[in-house]
Amino acid sequence: MRSTFFQYPKILAGILLAGGLALVISACSSSTASTGISPQMMADSLHAVMAADRTVYTKKVVNRLVKEDKVIKASEQWEDEKALPLPAQMFRFGAEMVAEQGAPFSYSLLSLWPINKQNSPKTDAEKEGLQFLVDNPGQNFYKEEKLGGVKYFTAVYPDPAVAPACVECHNDHKDTPKSDFKIGDVMGGVVIRIPLQG
Amino acid sequence: MRSKKTMWIAWIVLSASLTSYYAYGLAGKDKSAYLPGQTTAGHYQIELSCDVCHSDPFGGKEVLQKACVECHGVELKQVNDSHPKAKFTDPRNADRIAVLDARYCVTCHVEHVQDRTRAMGVTLPDDFCVYCHRGIAKDRPSHKALAFDTCAAAGCHNYHDNKALYEEFLVKHGEGAKLTLKPVMLARNFAGQYRQLNRIDQPLTLQDAKYPATLNIGKTILAEWEQTAHARSAVNCVDCHAQKSADNKAGIWQDKPALSACQQCHELESETYQSGKHGMRLAQNLPPMQTSLARQVMKKALQDRRQDCMACHGSHAFDTRKAAVEACLGCHDDEHSKAYKASPHYQVWQQSVTGQSASNAGVSCSSCHLPRITVKQQGQKRTLVQHNQNHNLRPNEKMIRDVCLACHGLGFAIDSLTDPELIANNFNGLPREKIPSIAMAIKREKDQPASKRKRSGQEAGEEPERND
Repeated sequence: MRSTFFQYPKILAGILLAGGLALVISACSSSTASTGISPQMMADSLHAVMAADRTVYTKKVVNRLVKEDKVIKASEQWEDEKALPLPAQMFRFGAEMVAEQGAPFSYSLLSLWPINKQNSPKTDAEKEGLQFLVDNPGQNFYKEEKLGGVKYFTAVYPDPAVAPACVECHNDHKDTPKSDFKIGDVMGGVVIRIPLQG
Repeated sequence: MRSKKTMWIAWIVLSASLTSYYAYGLAGKDKSAYLPGQTTAGHYQIELSCDVCHSDPFGGKEVLQKACVECHGVELKQVNDSHPKAKFTDPRNADRIAVLDARYCVTCHVEHVQDRTRAMGVTLPDDFCVYCHRGIAKDRPSHKALAFDTCAAAGCHNYHDNKALYEEFLVKHGEGAKLTLKPVMLARNFAGQYRQLNRIDQPLTLQDAKYPATLNIGKTILAEWEQTAHARSAVNCVDCHAQKSADNKAGIWQDKPALSACQQCHELESETYQSGKHGMRLAQNLPPMQTSLARQVMKKALQDRRQDCMACHGSHAFDTRKAAVEACLGCHDDEHSKAYKASPHYQVWQQSVTGQSASNAGVSCSSCHLPRITVKQQGQKRTLVQHNQNHNLRPNEKMIRDVCLACHGLGFAIDSLTDPELIANNFNGLPREKIPSIAMAIKREKDQPASKRKRSGQEAGEEPERND
């Protein structure tokens, strides 16, 4: 005697078909998820590029030519002084050019001890994030915030002193609020904002 | 009943007339009926070319912004604009733009509102700096007692251009002397570069002049031409009068060559000329500026004069000395212009013209308003006369670097440019007030600990070694 299960091939076929469809849908949705980029992944990737470029300019251009080879100065007034732009200026010029191009994300270099007071933390996320970097060495800070009616994914990354030029310039600047930075210290943070839809 | 009918007819006729009037204005060239209010000093010459700024009636602020940047964007880049738009598109400044939307020029420079338009075309109340910088006294205790309207009005700061006012510049130059011992004016070099580039070593003479045989050219004209840099640079009659261009494809002789003839070689001069009040109408394909259209005070007895290169330079002789003084005073009749010939600047100009001093030691109208500047062109540095006479007047501190510092110390220059009476009498006297900005900057420099002062200006710490 055949089992009842095989007496209903249509039902079986239906179940198999529905199961197959469910698997396909599930596969599709998981494949969409795997190819989408989360805001954090995007921010981390952007920061990887920024941090690498910033380190290269600071170490291989500014510190080498100014501190090691001593062939040129680096100055905030680089045009008038025929000098190299400071690493922080280089970073800001890039951020401004990105903004001029209308890119949806934005970034800036802020500090709890800024030479230019406009670079102090302003928003709650910035204040919390920069303090988090001090309290949790080696970690990044992520938060969502709403500014001007728009919701942003905001990431804050530590910005350490990578070369002698960084600490000497900051420690000696007449406007610095902190004069005891050492190489490796977190001097500030890179803040990246990505607008979130909805 | 009849009166009602008459009223209806009158209403229809009046409405139709009014509609036709405005429709004609919209379709025709004269759009003055659509001007919502008096246009600013900067734009009135082109006010009837509405679409220069209002290129899309439904584009809103973005359209206007595009128009502002098209004409003024390059200039703002050149002066390292202290408040570029990119600073304010950062979301962290959302709270600031909610108060003062600095992303758009029209936030501060509204057009067609004469009753609230002030210097530099600013239409905001004087306290606009305070919106963002109200806490400045915390960082700069010296600013504690300063009035809210003195930031930009006292010769200390400008919103856009601070190239001659930033702190390090003040410290570097200090007060300086009233008059420097060796005035420095850039020397001309364009003609020399042109001759070198085109391998011209022999000047043209009367016998070389090329023009149609059918024309009877006067000897005076030819003699004038022979004395010019044009003849020395092998620029012949036909090169200007019969040049092939978009307007003159066949290269037919023209008694009065168009601007394009000059542009063949003087492209940069023409570009700057069309950015200023003398040539801005040409840039918008409007008929040239003429004295009767000017809002500046012009000589009353003057027959209406049209602006073009020849209006100042004359034809054939192209006497730049005449263009530098007499051409200006031939039209301009305001207090400042009328006071020039009684000024110390005119005295040194006369000494220079009469050979009592170096040829580049005189100070003409052009020395200040159409100064010589250095530009890069075709891989070479050349001296260019900035033909936008308004370039260094918005605001007048822009004059400091390219003009005043050639002969005067920074302190004297800042004080003088801040004194309206001195400006009116063409700097015949001494400034009445001492602007404290240089002293404040130097004091701050001195007040810092010695260890920091040692490194001041070096940023990375040590004096670069020289290999020589």
